[in-house]
Amino acid sequence: MVDSIRVENVTKTFTRRYQRTLKQITVAKTRGQKTLDEFNAIDDVSFTIEQGESIGLMGLNGSGKSTLLKMINGVMRPDTGSILTRGTISGLIATGAGFHPQLSGRDNLVLNAAILGMSEKETKRKFDAIVDFAGLEDKLDGQVGHYSSGESARLGFAIAIHVDSDIFLADEVLAVGDKPFRAKCMERMLEIRDSGRTLFYVSHSAATVRRMCTRVLILDKGRLVFDGKPAKGITYLGYDEDETENPIDLDENDIGADI
Amino acid sequence: MTDLAADPVSQAPVDEADLPPLVAPSSRTGLKAVVQRRYLLKLLVRREISARYQGSVLGLMWSYINPLSQFCIYFFVMGVIFNLHKSIPNFAIHIFSAIVIVHFFTETMGAGTRSIVRNRQIVQKMAMPREMFPVATMLTSLYHVGPQLVILVVACGLSGWVPDAYGMASLVVGIAIIMLLGTGFALLLSAANVFFRDVGSAVNIFMNLIRFGVPMIYSYEMVQTRFGSFAQYYLYNPIADAVLLFQRAFWVGTVDPSNPQQPVMPEHLLGWGVSMVGVSIVVLGIGQVIFSRLEGKIPERL
Ligand SMILES: Nc1ncnc2c1ncn2[C@@H]1O[C@H](COP(=O)(O)OP(=O)(O)O)[C@@H](O)[C@H]1O
Ligand SMILES: [Mg+2]
Repeated sequence: MVDSIRVENVTKTFTRRYQRTLKQITVAKTRGQKTLDEFNAIDDVSFTIEQGESIGLMGLNGSGKSTLLKMINGVMRPDTGSILTRGTISGLIATGAGFHPQLSGRDNLVLNAAILGMSEKETKRKFDAIVDFAGLEDKLDGQVGHYSSGESARLGFAIAIHVDSDIFLADEVLAVGDKPFRAKCMERMLEIRDSGRTLFYVSHSAATVRRMCTRVLILDKGRLVFDGKPAKGITYLGYDEDETENPIDLDENDIGADI
Repeated sequence: MTDLAADPVSQAPVDEADLPPLVAPSSRTGLKAVVQRRYLLKLLVRREISARYQGSVLGLMWSYINPLSQFCIYFFVMGVIFNLHKSIPNFAIHIFSAIVIVHFFTETMGAGTRSIVRNRQIVQKMAMPREMFPVATMLTSLYHVGPQLVILVVACGLSGWVPDAYGMASLVVGIAIIMLLGTGFALLLSAANVFFRDVGSAVNIFMNLIRFGVPMIYSYEMVQTRFGSFAQYYLYNPIADAVLLFQRAFWVGTVDPSNPQQPVMPEHLLGWGVSMVGVSIVVLGIGQVIFSRLEGKIPERL
């Protein structure tokens, strides 16, 4: 097997700024208060993922999951350590990024697809499939600003899920859209997993992770505290009790857990 | 913690040589990468063009109302009140050719400075060459130069314009200077604006100064008579050169040879212009280097 994602001793430090203007900073300094504070959002994390694995990334809010995903995606750079990836990356991260409320769904679709890395040809080829998946045929020429939040989220999802890539990242995604749409997304994710692409999936839902993933990573305050089989990981987190029978047909509690 | 063995999904042996190499996911940036993704660039420019005035009644007209209103102010205040249109032949064309250039530059720099912050949604989520946004603003401003040129050409035609090859070359060089210089400044300022939002306000002051550093409401002849041989230092300002090149392209050809007031242009203007293209490339290079330095921290500071 070949490595798909290689993360070595990665640390990412963020700065919390308490004051912004010169006046506030001066006042804080004279009072001897702290004006900024550094902390490691990701702290010396290492792991290697092979091509075709599907990983569930879990952990409490603020444990650094999104930060890690952003570094794998290439949006942020690690302060120390290195991240290497093989092939193209896409995912449910930037869904709807760059949507312009005053432009039509059609224009936004084309632009968003390009932002996610699709070529002109690829967009033309997949256009109908995307519109069909989003279920927005009749609203395509209307302004995105007039879509309901669920509708614009659906459009964003539909585009993102149609991008070809070797690595697919998803960050707490199934919280949007109505129930049939969520089921469709879930099915699509399973398809992606079974096509041999590397899947990297952030979720709080034990049921989905159990269903989707071959391995679980757990972050706690930026540190990697667990790396192993899903069942053990879920036990580690104490999420066992949230189990649902059929993960594709997620019930409302489970969706809540995904937010 | 060490329960590592995950089920391998496929057992087929894979030859690593056939696969794309392991690379840092954030590696493809810079102006070169922007050119490689020109399809996206084209769409971003198109979005900016069609979205800028959507929903306003006059729409695209606003792109012309702004320079035209400036034109009227300068023409009436300077020309009529201070009587400059007596000492500068075809004063209106003299002003307007300068306004087209200055407006192109200030639009590029002003909108360029805000471009990254305005697109923060994309910048925070997608890995892409972020130079894309300042470059797209420059191209959007360039697009708006087109119709202004049409107005200028029509006005010149009505005043008996005789185009010439040297003038057309000057036109191209003048535009090139602003494209390069504007992108350079936009790069630098757009990154700086992420860290200090004050940059946007400071830029506005700077842009007001630009209008007085170029021969718009006064002529180059006045600079020469006032400063004599020091007038050449005036030419070290690339924006002033771009304006002069534009006036060489349009205004000079409209003055009738029999007119006792003949336009005065610096010697070797095109040579100056070409050197300023070089200077602008250097500025662009510096802009790119600083941008790359700051870029790593942009997504987390937005
Ligand atoms: N740009 C930023 N600047 C400063 N702190 C940040 C920034 N982004 C995230 N953080 C902080 O880093 C920590 C980890 O955030 P995140 O990766 O979003 O957590 P998760 O996705 O696991 O909920 C949080 O405490 C968050 O407040
Ligand atoms: Mg998160």
